[in-house]
Amino acid sequence: MKIEQFKPAIVYTIYIAATPEQVWKALTTAEFSRKYFSGFAIEADLKVGGAFIARAPDGSEHISGEVIECDPLKRLTVTWNVNWPALVEKLGPTLVTYEIEQAGDTVKLTMLQSHDRDISDDILSGGRAGWPAILSSLKSLLETGQALTIKMAPPERMLAALKEMGIGTP
Amino acid sequence: MSKPEFVYVTYIETTPEKLWEALTDSEFSKLYWFGTEVKSDWKVGSSFALVTDGKTTDTGKILEADRPRRLSYTFKHELYETMREPATKVAFTIEPYGNLVKLTVTHEGFIEGSKLVGAISTGWPAILSGLKSVLETGKPLAIPRAALGKEELTRS
Repeated sequence: MKIEQFKPAIVYTIYIAATPEQVWKALTTAEFSRKYFSGFAIEADLKVGGAFIARAPDGSEHISGEVIECDPLKRLTVTWNVNWPALVEKLGPTLVTYEIEQAGDTVKLTMLQSHDRDISDDILSGGRAGWPAILSSLKSLLETGQALTIKMAPPERMLAALKEMGIGTP
Repeated sequence: MSKPEFVYVTYIETTPEKLWEALTDSEFSKLYWFGTEVKSDWKVGSSFALVTDGKTTDTGKILEADRPRRLSYTFKHELYETMREPATKVAFTIEPYGNLVKLTVTHEGFIEGSKLVGAISTGWPAILSGLKSVLETGKPLAIPRAALGKEELTRS
């Protein structure tokens, strides 16, 4: 996989009153992710080539990926491949990068979702709806100690577009 | 190729009424908008201005004011020559979401090759992150002004 061939399709930036250590830990450990990411457990072997998994509350691997870049407290890139039949074959791999920068007494966190080909707005609508919810909740968790309870409706527009392409969806 | 526009969504633990107040009160806006006062009487057709340290940086007219659901205004940058472009449009949509509020900010209507769109794309996430913090924790975020993308401001 050539990382240079991937271009960001979704970028989301949020500032958090926290330290880079706290943000890094929140992004890479199940203890935190379960609270802000709808009960999903992030299990990351934080070295290049290490496994990156998002485990659903039912114990299944929702995302099975790999660590592509890892510069602790600064930058993490993983393959964010959702385990739906034929998804990676049809859409190519999805990369997610987190950039963490100190900005005064806060942390600037930037999430980039990148692809190696053009992806339709219908399919991107899933990520465009999901990331703001996940990262708003992460910010609240680190600043107030309480994550947000955001009940998202299923991303119907994305699911319909995936189905149309012959990708298996739940 | 679609026209450049900026869309930002955030979820805030607050009420639509408090969020409306935060977006339209010139004292409150200073807390999260890098010392900027939002000035208007918020009636459709009225003028709108952003004032930082006594300087008017941006002006516009109120297009919609449906308290506490939707607010929109035209937006024209005034301070820096390089970003003086035809009027653009800013819209805030406030939706109750369980015990939270979903805020969607869209900024659109930029000219081709706009310099302004780059500056506002850097600025809005910083402003709206600060807004969320003030409403949820009562504490402003200590983000340096440089995050606004108007480098000149940091030197003045």
